[in-house]
Amino acid sequence: MGSIPRFWRENPSRYNLVGVKCDNCGRVFFPPRDICPVCHRESIGKMKRLELSGKGSVYSYTLVQDAHPQFEMLKPYILAMVEMDEGVKITSQIIDVKPEDVHIGMKVEAVMRKLGAEGNSGILHYGYKFRPVKE
Amino acid sequence: MKTGIVSYGAYIPRTRIEPAEIGRVWGIDGEAMGKGLMVHRKSVPMPDEDTITISVQAARDMMQRTQADPEEIGAIFVGSESHPYAVKPTSTIVAEAIEAAPHLTAADYEFACKAGTAAIQTSMGLVGSGMMRYSVAIGADTSQGAPGDALEYTAAAGGAALLIGTEKERLIAVINHTYSFTTDTPDFWRREGQMYPSHGGRFTGEPAYFKHVVTAGKTLMEMADTKPEDYHHVILHQPNGKFPNRAGKQMGFTSEQLKYGLLTPEIGNTYSGAVMLGLASVLDIAKPGDRILMVAFGSGAGSDAFDLTVTDEIEKIPREKGTTVREMIDNYTLIDYATYAKYRGKIKMRE
Repeated sequence: MGSIPRFWRENPSRYNLVGVKCDNCGRVFFPPRDICPVCHRESIGKMKRLELSGKGSVYSYTLVQDAHPQFEMLKPYILAMVEMDEGVKITSQIIDVKPEDVHIGMKVEAVMRKLGAEGNSGILHYGYKFRPVKE
Repeated sequence: MKTGIVSYGAYIPRTRIEPAEIGRVWGIDGEAMGKGLMVHRKSVPMPDEDTITISVQAARDMMQRTQADPEEIGAIFVGSESHPYAVKPTSTIVAEAIEAAPHLTAADYEFACKAGTAAIQTSMGLVGSGMMRYSVAIGADTSQGAPGDALEYTAAAGGAALLIGTEKERLIAVINHTYSFTTDTPDFWRREGQMYPSHGGRFTGEPAYFKHVVTAGKTLMEMADTKPEDYHHVILHQPNGKFPNRAGKQMGFTSEQLKYGLLTPEIGNTYSGAVMLGLASVLDIAKPGDRILMVAFGSGAGSDAFDLTVTDEIEKIPREKGTTVREMIDNYTLIDYATYAKYRGKIKMRE
């Protein structure tokens, strides 16, 4: 039950890829952070809400064969670093594609999927995964 | 005040299974079963897809095609018989995901396969009365048939979303009339806590589907003072491919009129999503002036009928920003029964 508030608090980021942009240096961060790790105190009060477009490309990826129990039904699956159009990188699953068809640079877009469930009677978690963009 | 559709969106999971493969496991000629039902393959949700994710994807597809501000959405209703939670509304998650929350009302509907069209009618009342600018009606399902049951050959997954507004907005289709026909008919049901539905076999045909669909369709045409030939597109509830064709003939429609709204042969019965996906498919190709008749059917039983006219706005909205229903139908991957059983929770796993 302890994770309910933690997940709930992160819903804006998980549902709609809400990150932040440092108005001092222009860097984008996801998930949001209160202070820019580059500008430190100069970024105080300058971290602005930024909703990512959901578009990006595969920066690097791996094939997961030995999955976490929550992903048992989906294995083998692709876990990738996705470089968003805004520059920030996000780690996420790539779906709706055969593992052999995934390649570095492949254009992808965020979609909402079920991320997991807390047992048979607990809360369900939803959030972003990425699928190839239609060419 | 006239009400109608401002925008629309749809979603169909990418995975499919064929009747021949289902029949192979149960010792039945599945290919013949599929031909008899006129269902060539059906969509299957992945383990990380459910009515919530389908509703969200359809609603986002709908928002792609409109300039409407999500904060002006006053209500979201999601009709489904497969809401992931028994208590905790699907509609709240959709509202958050399209950034319409928190200043709106939301609720989940259930009426077998016609809960989505009940949401359209509620939305028409709310926007027509001036209580709000926009209301969202969604029909989505990931329905299950019991292993080996006839329903297993058709029960599929998918959904569609409609943004409903009044003539003050740029409507892509005006809803001229709506009519509902409701009776207490126990043709199909699922008791609380049961995983699979039960049905009355042949009883689901004449006294249920045909009586309700044909009565609602004919009564609506009387109200609208229209004839079958006045309609360019006709969308009837489609538990299989056979029933809507026969009901269409009984009402005087040709198979050409049913063509774009009949998706079950290629994706199976998407329950609450069925006629709404059929309507989305028609709106993908509709031209200004097209007249549309849509009749939903929900077991239990009732039919909601709608008479619509497509406006010039259909050419002005960015339809291409969303994914067409045809693209989603054609983009599929087949799985075998073992994978299907795994995906659909039909295998008992260790706790």
